Amino acid sequence: MLNPDAKLQSNIFDKPDMAATRDGFGQALLELGEKDPRVVVLCADLAESTRTLAFKEKYPDRYIELGVAEQNLATVASGLANYGKIPFITSYAAFSPGRNNEQIRTTISLNNVPVKIAGAHAGLSTARDGGTHQALEDIGLMRMQPHMTVLVPADSEEARKVTLSAATHSGPVYIRLTREPTPIMSTIDTPFTIGKANVIWEPDHKPEVVVFATGPLLFEALKAAKELEHTLPLAVINIATIKPLDRDTILHYAKDTGAVVTVEEHQVAGGLGSAVAELLAQEAPTPQEFVGVRDAFGQSGSVGELYEYYKLSASHIKAAIQKAHARKS
Amino acid sequence: MALTDKDIKELELKAAAIRETIVQMLVAAGSGHTAGPLGMADIFAALYFNVLNHNPEHPDWDERDRLILSNGHIVPVRYAAMAHAGYFPLQETLTLRKFGSRLQGHPERERLPGLETTSGPLGSGLGQAAGMAYGARMDKKSFRVYCAMSDGEHDAGNTWESAMFAGANKLSNLTGIIDRNNIQINGMTENVMPLDNLRAKYEAFNWHVLEVDGHNMREVIDACNQAKAIYEKPTVIIAHTIPGKGVKEIEFDYRWHGSTPGKGPTDKIPADKQAEVFLSELRTLKGKIESEHQ
Repeated sequence: MLNPDAKLQSNIFDKPDMAATRDGFGQALLELGEKDPRVVVLCADLAESTRTLAFKEKYPDRYIELGVAEQNLATVASGLANYGKIPFITSYAAFSPGRNNEQIRTTISLNNVPVKIAGAHAGLSTARDGGTHQALEDIGLMRMQPHMTVLVPADSEEARKVTLSAATHSGPVYIRLTREPTPIMSTIDTPFTIGKANVIWEPDHKPEVVVFATGPLLFEALKAAKELEHTLPLAVINIATIKPLDRDTILHYAKDTGAVVTVEEHQVAGGLGSAVAELLAQEAPTPQEFVGVRDAFGQSGSVGELYEYYKLSASHIKAAIQKAHARKS
Repeated sequence: MALTDKDIKELELKAAAIRETIVQMLVAAGSGHTAGPLGMADIFAALYFNVLNHNPEHPDWDERDRLILSNGHIVPVRYAAMAHAGYFPLQETLTLRKFGSRLQGHPERERLPGLETTSGPLGSGLGQAAGMAYGARMDKKSFRVYCAMSDGEHDAGNTWESAMFAGANKLSNLTGIIDRNNIQINGMTENVMPLDNLRAKYEAFNWHVLEVDGHNMREVIDACNQAKAIYEKPTVIIAHTIPGKGVKEIEFDYRWHGSTPGKGPTDKIPADKQAEVFLSELRTLKGKIESEHQ
């Protein structure tokens, strides 16, 4: 059942409200504009689709246009942060941190200045645009950089909280955002703290398998858990902070269940599944099934078609759960 | 304030002392870049001992001018100038590139106060300098931002993205200084990837352009002061320099870009004599400065 402490929406399984995580990001920027004069927003010719347009209209003096120049987006932001501003840099994840990865590495992470990198249209959510625009490696790129915090909100309300938290965090932060409207699962009262995992679904008694999910695919994981409600007791945990990982929660549930499934809209190599496996291999080796993209580029299609093709939807998560359960010794 | 001959002489002596320190630290390190740092010694002496508004005892002073070194590989010249200016003991320059040293092979902001940024990968200093200048202007701060760049890093697209941004935003509190020494690792810049006409390129990007002899102290300082009077554009100073300036066996020779005394080309001076010969040449240079100003 849904964890009452997570204070989730009551209509999750019955026509949930929909919004894109980028919308929550845009809303948070407006709140931050009001709250903190140090916040500036940098845009690389994608104001509407990265949801920075409202900030631009309300705070034109704190909105900086870079044009189609993602390397400069990173370096100018580094200078602004070094001087004392809190810059949010916005583009598609395929370009930032895709194209400007070295500039982020040297001038933001190694420099250790508080630039907040928002990578929009990540995963398969920019569906019709095809493989060129579908960033499936950004979590890996960002979590490999020392000093970097990596946040992946699961819905628009969590994206709002993630963005607010990023602004007050002292170091560089990567925020992964998606394009398509997805179910709003959390409420204004749902807790979010950087570095803390959130238990979303728990059975009455001991779970047999734990699912660690990140991003909007959390909803698909919940659907799978609901379908298995009377046959296989599960825990579903939202991992919104990929780095630093909530080690205690992950180890507790991995040891308690002895069977792990990770779910992400990202390459299996380098993402959430890898991060969890690195932890478990050292602290509590546990059978693990990976739901994610397997060494392939994306392509044009509807989100639904792509989720099916790349085996990310609820039915595939369900199969992975059953496989992990069967591997328990 | 007009510079007297005595002021100029003192700055030139500082530059000579910086050169000596560069050679000593590179010999101790056994690796690093020689030609670039020697070629920029006059400009760094001008910056640290005349142009910059800074306080070595308070490297984080809010109102300080910012000096961004974009081509991080010439950092020995900055370390040497900083040590002579009092940022840290001169003796510490001999730890360059050694394990545990604050003087990393390429500069890291978090290791040594006063460095401003981390650099080495080329082409990303001007953007950071532009970001600082933009932030300073938002807050009506009066400090200036200086960005030292190599000519070779003008091959990099990021440099031109930043030049376009600074020009478009009329960042007049930003001064770029290009070390136009015409060499890069693979040879002469105009053979590797032609950069000329640099002046026309910057002018087309809405910059005010000045050209100076990078070894003429008065010209360098005058240009930095002139830039303060330009209100509508950022200024770039194209400083024509001689790579390896001060040591005749190194001057103009691109093979010295990434070699150190003791390990450099041996067709002119055997390796084991290089340090000794170069230091003695630099000491003679001091005598020349003295006699010129008598």
